[in-house]
Amino acid sequence: MPDVIETTDLVRDFQLGEIPVHVLKGITFRIERGDFVAIMGPSGSGKSTLMNILGCLDKPTSGTYKLDGAGIGDLTRDQLAEIRNKKIGFVFQQFNLLARTSALENVELPLLYTDLPARERREKALKALQTVGLGDRGQHQPSQLSGGQQQRVAIARAMVNSPKIILADEPTGALDSRTSLEIMAIFQRLNRDDGITILLVTHDANMASYANRKINLKDGRIESNQVIVAPHDAQTDRAALPQELPAATKEVEVRQ
Amino acid sequence: MNKLLSSLRIALRALRVNRARSALTMLGIIIGVAAVIAMVGVGSGATARIQDQIQSIGSNLIIVLPGSISTNGVRLGSGGVSTLTEDDAKAIAAECPAVAAVAPTLRGGVQIVFGSANWATSAQGVTPAYTIIRDLTMKSGQFFTDQDVDAGAKVAVLGETVAQNLFGGAEPTGQVIIVKNVPFTVSGVLTPKGQSPTGQDQDDVILLPISSARQKVIGRNRANAKSVGTLMVQAGSPDQMDQALSEMTTLLRERHRIQPEHEDDFTVRNLTEVFAAQETSAQVMSILLGAIASVSLIVGGIGIMNIMLVSVTERTREIGLRQAVGARTQDILSQFLVEAVTLSLLGGIIGIVVGLAASALISYFAEWTTKVSVFSVLLAFMFSALVGVFFGYYPARKAAYLDPIEALHYE
Repeated sequence: MPDVIETTDLVRDFQLGEIPVHVLKGITFRIERGDFVAIMGPSGSGKSTLMNILGCLDKPTSGTYKLDGAGIGDLTRDQLAEIRNKKIGFVFQQFNLLARTSALENVELPLLYTDLPARERREKALKALQTVGLGDRGQHQPSQLSGGQQQRVAIARAMVNSPKIILADEPTGALDSRTSLEIMAIFQRLNRDDGITILLVTHDANMASYANRKINLKDGRIESNQVIVAPHDAQTDRAALPQELPAATKEVEVRQ
Repeated sequence: MNKLLSSLRIALRALRVNRARSALTMLGIIIGVAAVIAMVGVGSGATARIQDQIQSIGSNLIIVLPGSISTNGVRLGSGGVSTLTEDDAKAIAAECPAVAAVAPTLRGGVQIVFGSANWATSAQGVTPAYTIIRDLTMKSGQFFTDQDVDAGAKVAVLGETVAQNLFGGAEPTGQVIIVKNVPFTVSGVLTPKGQSPTGQDQDDVILLPISSARQKVIGRNRANAKSVGTLMVQAGSPDQMDQALSEMTTLLRERHRIQPEHEDDFTVRNLTEVFAAQETSAQVMSILLGAIASVSLIVGGIGIMNIMLVSVTERTREIGLRQAVGARTQDILSQFLVEAVTLSLLGGIIGIVVGLAASALISYFAEWTTKVSVFSVLLAFMFSALVGVFFGYYPARKAAYLDPIEALHYE
């Protein structure tokens, strides 16, 4: 199977005043189509910078990045926007849903920048919402939804345009562990059933254990890149949790 | 089209979210557009009124005055000596192709008596051609005929003011009035014409056949039995005014046997030209009022720019998100541009309604004529759209060129 992501010696420097800061110091790796990769590393290891480049929001200072077989090195701003629209789905820690806008319209957002007619957009958005189990919440606004539901809307938005990869940047960072497991279960299902490649940035080793592969970053370099032999199943783990925890302990509960 | 509609929906939603703010921003445009429409309305109303007045003295009108001749170094002013005759009038009518009609007139002050009422007014000896030139119509009765003029009949036509003062509400036609001790039968009353451009009451007049007027009433300069006061001449069309002027001058100099080195013994005046100057000044006022009002429209536009800049800053994360999911520069640009134009167009439409109401109120309470043309409404509409594009472009461009990474993490 061809690689969906292929980077060669990615370098990214930032100019902080006079001093150049080397954030990425030569990153080379491949990700196969249909993989589920967790990218880990402490703060300042270059995770975010790498994600920005992989998400076509930023360009490397040097080195090459091929997404779905095509280099993105010399694309214009608008060409990058088109690639993000067609090939990449984003999931953020803070959900980033549009306030005062219904869940359905939030999911529809990426499709607004395609040529699809309005009715097809609606249908696709509704189908995506159903996939994440929120088919009946289409008319709710984000403020009327729980954190987990909001993140599920965000996932529906990420997958609505059938992307090659979904980039999830700390998607469970703002959620309690039970909800986090729900989210991981959805990712695993999208990965397994729809064959979408998923890149998960996290500093939570528990969450990383649901991926098939783990890449560790440190100081702008890849420290390790290994296959997880027997990934956990989020659905099973979630079922194993004690039912209905008291509200007070929900927030601080830590998964064993 | 599809894209534009969805942009419009997004814009309307964004504007609804901040209702009070959108309304206040629009207020600037509303006031601007309303001011332009009302002020231009007042200006064109004034112009229209002057045009009406010019119409009331008669169109394409030229007046030939007798005089100034100089004898032995003593120069007499215009009209000092009667050098024009009824024969001059007939010659002009017959020989000048650019002239449509000629009416000789003779003017004098008279006291009119009817029963116990009396009234001082200006009497004019005229011929029926005068009605064509001055565009006169009859409110009641008949104008006298050419036969009446030839026979020196003692008939009179009254202006509305005179009729009111002598007869009150009664019908004057057929009654006999005394003008300078001579009885005249009233043959009719003129339709009122109102004020002249110079403020005179054009209805305070009595018209008599020029022959009877000369013999019985005004009777000056008995030396020449056919002398007249002034000749009123109507050119065939506005374009023929200059031609008519030169034809008449040549003809009259010839008839009066004036040597080339001598001055004219008559004066020719193009009346329309005099009042056209007034019309021009009214138009200048109209433009000036519109220009001042436009300034408030520009101020309203700056308000839009201000609010759009605030809006772009507030919605930085939204912009970042839209960019992340695939919005191109063009998409963000048009989204904010459509929003600004929607603001200014909505303001423009409301402003047009307010402006129409304002000019109606002005003409009702201040009793000024206001005239709002379709053109000025369209212009205001277009201008407010233009204001939206012009003042919305900078904030929209700022939004469109945000860095998506920074925008996404903006707090």
